[in-house]
Amino acid sequence: MRLPERVIERMLLAAALSSVAGLTLIALYIAREGLPVVFDAGVGTFLASGTWAPTRGEYGLLPMIAGSAVLTVGALALGLPLGLGCAITLAELAPPRVRAILKPTIELLAGIPSVVYGFIGMEVLVPVIRDTPWLGGPGYSVLAASIVLAVMVLPTVIGISIDAIEAVPRTYREGARALGATQWQTITGVVLPAARSGIVAAAILGMGRAVGETMAVIMVAGNAVQLPGSLLDPVRTLTTNIALEMGYASGAHAQALFATGIVLFVIIMALNALAGLARGQVRERLRVTPDSRSGAAPKRKRRERVVPDARGPMPPLAGA
Amino acid sequence: MGTVESSPSVRASRCRAARFARTFACVLAVTLPGACRQADAARSGVTLAGSTSVQPFAERWAEEYTGGLVTVQSGGSTAGIKAVHDGTAQVGMSSRALHPEERTGLVETVVAYDAVAVIVHATNPVSSLSIAQLRAIYAGQLRFWSEVGGPHRPITVITREEGSGTRETFEHKVMGTSRIRTDALVTAYQGGLRKMVAEDRDAIGYLSLSRVTAGTKPLALDGIVPSESSVARAAYPLSRPFLFLTRGTPGDATAAFLRYVTSTAGQALAREEGLVPIMTAAP
Amino acid sequence: MAPHPPASAATGETSSTAAARLMHRVAITLLWSGTIGTVGILVFMVLFVFVRGLPHVTPHFLLGAPERAGAAGGIFPTIVATLYVTAIGVFVATPLGVGAAIHLAEYTREGRLTRLIRSGTESLAGIPSIIFGLFGFAFFVTQLGLGWSMLSGGLTLALMILPTIIRTSEEALKAVPREYREVAQSLGASKWQAIVRAVLPSASPGILTGVILGVGRAVSETAALIFTMGVALRVPTSLFDSGRSMSVHFYTLTMEGISDTMAYATASVLVVTILVINSAAYALLAHVTRQHRA
Repeated sequence: MRLPERVIERMLLAAALSSVAGLTLIALYIAREGLPVVFDAGVGTFLASGTWAPTRGEYGLLPMIAGSAVLTVGALALGLPLGLGCAITLAELAPPRVRAILKPTIELLAGIPSVVYGFIGMEVLVPVIRDTPWLGGPGYSVLAASIVLAVMVLPTVIGISIDAIEAVPRTYREGARALGATQWQTITGVVLPAARSGIVAAAILGMGRAVGETMAVIMVAGNAVQLPGSLLDPVRTLTTNIALEMGYASGAHAQALFATGIVLFVIIMALNALAGLARGQVRERLRVTPDSRSGAAPKRKRRERVVPDARGPMPPLAGA
Repeated sequence: MGTVESSPSVRASRCRAARFARTFACVLAVTLPGACRQADAARSGVTLAGSTSVQPFAERWAEEYTGGLVTVQSGGSTAGIKAVHDGTAQVGMSSRALHPEERTGLVETVVAYDAVAVIVHATNPVSSLSIAQLRAIYAGQLRFWSEVGGPHRPITVITREEGSGTRETFEHKVMGTSRIRTDALVTAYQGGLRKMVAEDRDAIGYLSLSRVTAGTKPLALDGIVPSESSVARAAYPLSRPFLFLTRGTPGDATAAFLRYVTSTAGQALAREEGLVPIMTAAP
Repeated sequence: MAPHPPASAATGETSSTAAARLMHRVAITLLWSGTIGTVGILVFMVLFVFVRGLPHVTPHFLLGAPERAGAAGGIFPTIVATLYVTAIGVFVATPLGVGAAIHLAEYTREGRLTRLIRSGTESLAGIPSIIFGLFGFAFFVTQLGLGWSMLSGGLTLALMILPTIIRTSEEALKAVPREYREVAQSLGASKWQAIVRAVLPSASPGILTGVILGVGRAVSETAALIFTMGVALRVPTSLFDSGRSMSVHFYTLTMEGISDTMAYATASVLVVTILVINSAAYALLAHVTRQHRA
């Protein structure tokens, strides 16, 4: 079938626009289903009211927004230091052979579905928290969900941080060592500050992953509609709110869940934009430095950067 | 590098691509003929949709029914009522009584009776509560087991999610105008609720009597223990009918399935699964 | 933003050097323990599932039908459903994704349009799966009237894996040396012919990697499929049949507390599948990287 080149070009353009079209469609449909309820209840009430009782016509998302925020902070508080530590170890300290084993292992295991993470959290973590004397509570809690989310976010953080750290030119390190710094001083004083924007990108993408996660959180967070007051309180997020009640909802209730989706969508888009800014800075750094580790490195790094984003638990910001 | 066409890496990757395409085509060739058999085949059977409480039993009936294809979807009582109104499903399943405005045009067939049992951990010394105490516990006014005759430990309250027919029955018959406390644990699955209560000695929850298993025990409410006879006598306060809803005159396939469900064989299956058959219920 | 070497290192004082060295050793120990711990957690999780699940993964389990809503029997219908819906997703997303990648890599220069396309793709990549579930339900199931079906689920999946395929394909295409195109065109091929015959074959392992990663994503997907594919426990035979994927079945088994052994067994099958898929992608990627470095 010989099509003229112009036709082919048009077809390819159409294909290229498919992702934009898909995105627009999604935004349109979520908005169409959800906005009426938001305006009925009032945007202010919708976002700031602490009462979520859809069968009574009361729609207030504050507990869920707070829940999402708290769990994200919790996940990052645990996952970012640990992930950064692993990244430093693998990028700076590990001999090449060890790195060649450990890095793929982490990325491979990171492909485990989120429902399995949640299941293990439910079977192991929740009883442990409940039965530990100085913790207690029902077990289904902010703590359990934060730990599970932190483990899920680790591979993202590690992968991107490693890229950021490896992108720091060798001369930076050599200069520091020549001045008598220990390796640790070099890392904290030179490498990490230089890799800062990449690490920030990793954190933002990790945040996006945590905010978007649904299944694992439903299984361990307790899903109570309240502002969490302590680590041991059960909590509900924007995502779990939708998943929990969608099966049964109809009419205004279903619309309210779509409206929850709108809020979630907006938050994710904002995080996306931030991540894009941070990543733009990383790319700048790569292009500008002429004396990176080896001549062939820039090309390899560029490819490696994009593909890790596309791998395993990726795309980074999506939960399952 | 050699010419573009014959370089080994190009040939190798083309071989790989071809192999992949071939396997792909094979997989699709196996499954696509079914697709050509398409929508009509799927829709000629009977589709049930609605309450997740009724769903497992509907699935058992569908499994044992030999007269044709029966598909069971969930979605909740309200969604099931809507589905049968719209025609998306031939039969709607409801675990609660219909609201007056939902009744129009629908035929309700009671297929079994069920009780909402209030369960606690098997080792919990409390075995009986009054409705007033139950309401106070769920509203958050009574917070410790010691206030109802148990050990001094905080009560872990577990409830179903908003929209659930079981929750609506509970709220209607127990809570009245009081609201369930906002820090109650919520799950969308009654099996999960049972498991949560079985694993936490301070927990209390509610679910279909048919789903109560070892590890949990049902409480007597106002002195009445939930059982087939107390439900049949309508003595147990939290009983409810399981309804199959149809619109207008049901088609042949639907009518045949309904006949099976309400037959002796179908009802024996219901009893086997833990429901209260309609024949033993008081007229 | 040029960082400065730590000032203290320039003074060369003995005590601070000793302190610095101690600090270094402590830090290194902590870092290594953290890393070993992290790998340990991940390995523990996989082993935890395998130890309790693999013994129950028998041929009967893989090929048999579920009994008593999944408390016994096998998971064959879910395996079929997973393959079916994934195939649809890949079938739809691959031409679109590769086409988009060819457009971006071969036919345009960086400009406003490509920036729009790229940000659209990045944004799509970041959307949580529950939103895809909502959208799929509102659009495919309800608006288009496809109902809970393989088709609805597959189309939703296609949207989800599209960004992955676009990204990896574009990178794969860009990695093909320019000479391939130039030689082909100098031999008389049109631009499109050059792409199809010279560039695509060379880029196909990279493209395949993206497809495999998409498959991995599809297999793990749960939230989106529940709301678009439904949960019917029958072997789906048509595009319009509802079905239950492996991960949805696992989720149901777990949340309903139907059977722990079945849950662990299903989880084991899921994890093995993902590990195999990811290893394949990784191996392919390593091969591609080696190829281009040579």
